[in-house]
Amino acid sequence: MFKHVGLRLLQLVLMLIVLSLVTFVLMKMAPGDPVLAVLKADERPVTEANQQVVRQALGLDKPLYQQYGSWLLQVARFDMGRSYTTNQDVWQLLMERLPATVSLMFSSMLALLVFAVPLGLLAAVYCGRSVDHASRMIALLGASIPSFWLGLLLIYLFSYRLNWLPMMGGGSLYHLILPSVTLGFVMAPEYIRLLRSGLLEGLSQEYIRAARARGIREWRVTAIYAMRPALLPIVSLLGVSMGALIAGSVVTETLFGWPGLGSMAMEAITQRNYPVIQGYILLTGLGIGLANWLSDVGLLLLDPKIRHEKGMSA
Amino acid sequence: MKAESPTNVVTQSAYASWRTIRRSPVMGIGIGIAAIILLIASLSPWLTLNDPLLIQMSQRLRAPSLEYPLGTDHMGRCIISRLVAGTRQTVGLSFCASAVVILIGVPLGLLAGYAKGYLDALLMRLADAAGALPEFLLAIAVAGFLGPGLVNTLFAIACVKWIGYARLVRGITLSECKKDYIHASIVAGSGGWRIIRRHLLRQVASPLAIMAAADVGKTILLISALSYLGLGAQPPSPEWGAMLSDGRPYFQIAPEQMIYPGLCILIVVLACNLISDGLRDLMDVRSR
Repeated sequence: MFKHVGLRLLQLVLMLIVLSLVTFVLMKMAPGDPVLAVLKADERPVTEANQQVVRQALGLDKPLYQQYGSWLLQVARFDMGRSYTTNQDVWQLLMERLPATVSLMFSSMLALLVFAVPLGLLAAVYCGRSVDHASRMIALLGASIPSFWLGLLLIYLFSYRLNWLPMMGGGSLYHLILPSVTLGFVMAPEYIRLLRSGLLEGLSQEYIRAARARGIREWRVTAIYAMRPALLPIVSLLGVSMGALIAGSVVTETLFGWPGLGSMAMEAITQRNYPVIQGYILLTGLGIGLANWLSDVGLLLLDPKIRHEKGMSA
Repeated sequence: MKAESPTNVVTQSAYASWRTIRRSPVMGIGIGIAAIILLIASLSPWLTLNDPLLIQMSQRLRAPSLEYPLGTDHMGRCIISRLVAGTRQTVGLSFCASAVVILIGVPLGLLAGYAKGYLDALLMRLADAAGALPEFLLAIAVAGFLGPGLVNTLFAIACVKWIGYARLVRGITLSECKKDYIHASIVAGSGGWRIIRRHLLRQVASPLAIMAAADVGKTILLISALSYLGLGAQPPSPEWGAMLSDGRPYFQIAPEQMIYPGLCILIVVLACNLISDGLRDLMDVRSR
């Protein structure tokens, strides 16, 4: 058990190292010479001597691994520089935008469960019947529809034609409805499929027959007895789909003008605002890694088979 | 081994595929759509009615007519011609990207699973390292630091995507190699190459097909999403996601302009998913 958690922790550390390396290398490869930028900002002439001075001041004359080390130490202290456009501290900027993205992610998860749980449940209970086929068709549609298109159609229908919901922007709960529905619907299919197969497997077990024999009502047998083991893979999928959720949030935030991290990152990319891009990548990468780790650990705690197993091998 | 004449093989495989389609009509629909789309993609230069890049401001936002069957966009470009030309961009690129990824991932997976030991450990740690980042985040990082563009983002996607295939193939190879028929084949004097080609590749083929079909669809969604965000194909390229993003400011007066490209993406990805689902049903009796 502890060995397992430790191993996952090691994987998390490995992921963070890769994340920082990739970010560092890409930053080094980015077009534009920082030395020239500093000289230009200070309106100093571009001479060899001046360049040398600035290079030394920025630490760019040191070998790359030393540069990486000092950069990593800086980043670990949440010092990610300042935004090129607003001169705001990047960490502060990220923290300002984070709540909007987190609330969008939670409400999307909620929308996802609202779609997936009933559909998966119905599909399993009426397996092979028309309800099952309908649920499968909906899942197929969700897996095939581009999220930005669905979002635009929803805006067109509910904001422009019917005028029920605000078109763009953030702030209120009403603003949150369309983006969450969009993101929840396109992410639901995997969950529907997983829940259906998990429930079908659960329903074929001996203990379900025993429960039925004891006269427990059918909906209770399905929704509680068979649901419990079927929820385990869902928990691990929640962690795995964190990356997809982040990706989806960039698209939906940009589409709906939701003031979160994703729309901030898109602005930063168009403005070539490197410190902000760097901060976004490091923060979301960390978030994804932590979510994966938490779902792994959560799975360990939930699954009695893993929990009680001794001499676990990875 | 019995000798098979080429015609015999062709009729046999044609019959087998017909039988497959009969057993899973849904997959038949998917294959049909995919075939039509691929045909359009390969013939697109001859199928476009008008020049897909020709800007005519006097013709902007025209209603559908004989000359422009789906009307024109905000720059007076023929929408249907752009859609047809975009087939090659969106579908063609996703197809090529998936093919490249499979060509990298499958041999590495076979090698890791068959050779085991150090090579396996090395390849799998490499996969762990490269797979640590979600492809979308990597695509954003690459586009953010090196500049937006389809080549950059495709490269970023490919860097991560091969791992899925390598892991799948490695897993199957590892479990197959423990079975008796492989041992028997080794005893009978088969070399590694022969075992991989005659036995392992056949075992790998069907799960690979399921994964690849779904993956082409996912790649189309990813590429079009990135292009919609402005990180992939750049204007005036008729990529479907980019077209949607072009039509976005006009969706109140000309909703068709954003409806058609999205519909195209939906249909193509749906076809991929139908094929993948149909294959899965045929292979896996449990899920039925």
